[in-house]
This record gives sequence, structure tokens and C-alpha cells, in this order.
Amino acid sequence: MLSIKNLTVSVGDKQILKGINLEIKAGEIHAIMGPNGSGKSTLSHILSGKGGYEVTGGAVTYQGKDLLEMPPEIRAREGVFLAFQYPVEIAGVSNIYLLKAALNSVRKYHGLSEVDAMDFLTLIKEKVRLLEMDEKFLYRAVNEGFSGGEKKRNEILQMAILEPKLCILDETDSGLDIDALKVVSEGVNSLRSPDRAFIMVTHYQRLLDYIKPDYVHVLAHGQIVKSGGAELALELEEKGYSWVEAA
Amino acid sequence: MNAIAKNQQTWLQALRSDALTQFAAQGFPSPRAEEWRYTNVSAIEKKRFLPVSDAQTAVDVTDILTAYQLKEAWSLVLVDGCFHADLSLLDGLPEAVAVMSMANALDSEAETLQRTLGQAVSAMEHGFVAFNTAHFTDGLFVRIAAKQVLTKPIQVLHIATQADSLTATRTVIIAETMAAVELVETFVGIDNSYLSAAVTEVFVEDNAAVTLTKVQCEADKAYHFGGTYVKQARNARFTHHNFAFGSLLARCDIHSDLEDAAECELNGLYLGAKRQHLDNHTRIHHNKPHGISRELYKGILDDRARGVFQGRVIVAEDAQKTDSTMNNRNLLLSADAEADTKPQLEIYADDVKCGHGVTVGQLDDKSIFYLQSRAIDEETARNMLTFAFANEMVNKINIPALHDLVLAEVLKRFPQQGIEQDLL
Repeated sequence: MLSIKNLTVSVGDKQILKGINLEIKAGEIHAIMGPNGSGKSTLSHILSGKGGYEVTGGAVTYQGKDLLEMPPEIRAREGVFLAFQYPVEIAGVSNIYLLKAALNSVRKYHGLSEVDAMDFLTLIKEKVRLLEMDEKFLYRAVNEGFSGGEKKRNEILQMAILEPKLCILDETDSGLDIDALKVVSEGVNSLRSPDRAFIMVTHYQRLLDYIKPDYVHVLAHGQIVKSGGAELALELEEKGYSWVEAA
Repeated sequence: MNAIAKNQQTWLQALRSDALTQFAAQGFPSPRAEEWRYTNVSAIEKKRFLPVSDAQTAVDVTDILTAYQLKEAWSLVLVDGCFHADLSLLDGLPEAVAVMSMANALDSEAETLQRTLGQAVSAMEHGFVAFNTAHFTDGLFVRIAAKQVLTKPIQVLHIATQADSLTATRTVIIAETMAAVELVETFVGIDNSYLSAAVTEVFVEDNAAVTLTKVQCEADKAYHFGGTYVKQARNARFTHHNFAFGSLLARCDIHSDLEDAAECELNGLYLGAKRQHLDNHTRIHHNKPHGISRELYKGILDDRARGVFQGRVIVAEDAQKTDSTMNNRNLLLSADAEADTKPQLEIYADDVKCGHGVTVGQLDDKSIFYLQSRAIDEETARNMLTFAFANEMVNKINIPALHDLVLAEVLKRFPQQGIEQDLL
């Protein structure tokens, strides 16, 4: 589904990613772990199309297409979803408004008609229940005044509605208490499917207790320094990042 | 402008004569005056605006009434500055409420007007108030008796139909002790160049509450000079929503004087495009302790439009424990658009909580990217965010029919792509 080959990325004069190679197949869950400043967030931003970065080399192929050529909204319509580390507050736009606009935008791209109002409400209520959210959130401005946990649930709600193929979760566990972490993880787990892949970017192993990855990659100084199975995360937790950084 | 000629009261003659003298001496304001430094009105002196004469043909205003006359409201319609009973809807008013044209009120409410007209603002304020006081032809008079709470809003709909016309209207609103009322002033015109000068005085007595919404949708080539001057007694609450959408050049003054524990909320939204110049000038004067004021003005300026916000909050030495915030936010959509903003706090008391903030900027890149990452293209994202910026102010309106009217005016001025009307 996703193939990253020798990707190098800079911000200004500073090289952040120094040759990333990664192959992700449908149905897989990959965790990308690493210390602060290792380039984890840069990788998720690059995949979702955020501006301010310069790709200096390498290629990213998503479902056979050049991902880096696509504007962010086309990536989203093609099924790439980024759950933000810091979801943006958008005053004056209600959650339900954004969800409907986003869903219709994806449907239109795939040649489908706009979602029926009643079907949409049914769908949205089902997903809201799944994430144990209050329906009132739907009518509040996007993320405005939401707590950290509410913002993260809201990201997963959007993901559940848009049903993307490649889900990138950027530090989704940060700022979550244990209850919220469980709910968010259950939400993510309910979306696992053979035709959907996940990239979970995280500093801590904690999230991986709830969402079990197939592969764990350790990013340090802009490169993947170690890859392994779920057990690698536990090893990291025990030994700390200095163990792999030194390697 | 003969409607009031029959009112021969000497107090009114004296008031008008003083105002005329004042106007002769000072003329219209010049940019040399600090409170007019961003707005040059000399263009109107080069034009020949004249009062509408009886000889001019009546224009059919049915479409305007359909679009702008509120349902579920009492409404009073002024065409070219004069009251039209046939177009107005004033049936079923409670007895304790007086709603009538200013011309009628000068007869039947003379005593009340003698002690109120010109008391919230004097002809000394500036040339337009002097001019208005000397020449007003008609307007609205509202008096809500003590403890009356009106179930429906009262609207005054000003319609300008004649090219190169000049209208001066005066409104006096009195909410007696513990009364509550919502009022709407709507200004519209047929596509012409004309000048409309309107002065409104509001008296909110002890514990009374007045909400006044001004919807200025004058024609594109019109000049609009409007002033709202408010006296708030002890515990009085006054809320003003100021929507400045129309006119080539518009200036709006909102001033309020607050006594003990009075609360004042001023909201504003100005949308400028092409070469529009929209000036809003507010002054909140806390005279006594425990007053609260909340002010938020937002502007969206496109093309070569210019928006001006001058907001003054004055806290007198005696006005301890005043709690006041003032914010002005401007969104510039074009490199040639301009926003001039000048918040001023003048604090003479020592135990107060006062804050102000100002922003002038473009849409936030982070928000645009967030929406793009949710499959929404950049142009639609920009439209959504721009609309949302404005919609925050529209959503402050509690009257459903008025909310919809203002929303329709906002949408008219926005690209429609990406606006999901059924979810607004």
C-alpha cells in the first residue's frame, strides 16, 4: 500500500529525515517510535502533505501513485488520514458541518452522490457512541474548548466517518488519561481491517499495550535504526532509546 | 420633509435652531479631528444630495419588504425618511407600549420627547448629529412601560428609493424600569447614490434590558452616517449587534454611558469589498462602579476595501470594579485591503479589570491545512474559514427570523462553494 524509498527531507538548511525506507501492506499496523527530535512528526507531516518541508530525495508511492505529487486534500480523498498530534481549533465551523463537508468531498471524488441527510445522521450517531462521545460535541465548533482527550477522540471520530485506507496516528496517546486512551484505542481497533493499514507514531510504548502493532520501527536522527515485531517496543521501554541511538 | 412642520413646539424649534447654528459653525467632520482621522467625508460635499420632495414618483418597495421586513415582529417602515402606515405592521401592540413614528410622537408624546430627545447625544458631538437634529423628518419612537417584557421584536425598516436623496431620521427608544425589548434597525436602499443620516437615542432605565440590532445594507453607492447613543441607568443591560455590510462609505458611532452595575455588550461585523469604506466608532463610558462591558468587532476586508475600528473605553475615577474587555479582529483577503484599528483605554479608577486585543491578519495556515487533510480543497477551506469568522457574530443573534436575514446578507457577500447551508 505504501512504499517509502530513501526519503530525505529538510527544513531550511537542516536535514530532518536522512533516508527512510519503509514498506507497509494493507492490514498491517506499524509503530514508529523514537525520541524527541528524531523526525517522527516530520514523517507523518510529509505523508499527509503539510507544507514547510522540502523533499530533497527519495520517493513515496501510495497504491501505485506518487504520493508526494498530490495536494493534501487529494491524499485525503485517496484514503490517507492523519490524526493530528495537536488538532486545530476552528471557531465558527461545527463538527457536524466539517464531517459532512469532508465525507461529501471524499464521495464526490469517487463519483458518489452526496450523503443522504438521514443516513449521515445515523452513521454519525453510531460512531459517536463507539467513541463514547456526547452528541453535543457534534454541534460545537471543531475542537474549540475541547480537552486534550476530547480532541483526540474527535480525530478518531473523523477517521471512523471517512473510513480511510492509510491511517497515520501522530502521538495520539499524548495528553490522554488511561480511560480516554482505552476508548481511543478501542475506536482504532474497531477500524482494523484487512484492507486498511495504520502507522502509529509514538514516543511511548503505552499505546501499544492497547493497539498491538505488527511491526515496530525505531527512528533516531532521521533514520530507521532498528525494526522488529511488537516485542521490540517492550525492549525499548526497558532499555531506553539510548540503547538504539548508540547502535 | 414636511411631516414634522406642524409640530410647532418651541422646545423643538429651539433644539433645531441650536443644532443648525452648531452645524453652520462646524460643518461635517474633517479628518483633522482625531475621531475622524481615518474617514474623509469630503466626497459628500461635492455631491448635491437633496431632501425628497413630494413631487418625486413613488417606487414599489414590495420586494424590499419581502426580503427585509421581519416576520413575527412589529415593524415600522420609513420610505425616504417618512413613515408609511400602510406598509407598517403595528397591530396587537400591548397597551403599555408606545410604538409610533417620530412625527406622531412629537404630537402625542411631546412631554416625553422634550426630556429625552437630544439628551443622549448633543449637537456638539459632531456635524452629523447637529445636521440630523436640525433636519430630521421622521423616525421611530418606542416607549416600553415599566415591567413590560415584549414577546416580539420591534423593527424599523429604513428604505431609500430616490437617487441623490438626503434623509435624516431620528429614533428615541425608552425602556422603563425592568422593561425588556428587542429592536432591529434595518437600512436598505434601491441601487442609487444617496445619503442617509440616522441618529438613535436609547434610554435604558434601572434594571431594564434592551437589545438593538443594526443591519446596514444600504445600496453600493450610498453614504450612511449612523449614530446610536445610549444611557444606561443602574443595572441596565444593553446589547448591540452592528452589521455593516452596505454603502460606499459608512460611519457608525455607538456610544454608551453606564451607571452603577450596568452591563453593555457591543458586537460588530463589517464586511467590505471593492472600494467600500466602513468605519465603526465605539465609546463605552463607565461612570459608576461594578459596570461590565464586553466588546467584539470583527471585520473582513477584500479588494481595496478599508475598515476602521476606533474603540474607546473610559473608566471614570468613581467606576471601581469595572470589568471590561474590547477586541477587534480583522481578516484581510487582499493585499490592497486595509484595516485601521485603534483601541483606547482611559482608566482613572485603580481597582478595575480591563483588557483589549487587536489582530489584523490573513487566514491561519494551520487551519487551512487541517481542513485540507480532511479532504477539503484549499479554496473551499478558505471560504469555510472566512465564513466561519463572520458566522461567529451572526450566531450571537437570538431572534430566528433576524438571524436568517443577517445570514442571508452574509452569504450574499461570500463565495458559495463549500458552504453547507442546511447545517448553518
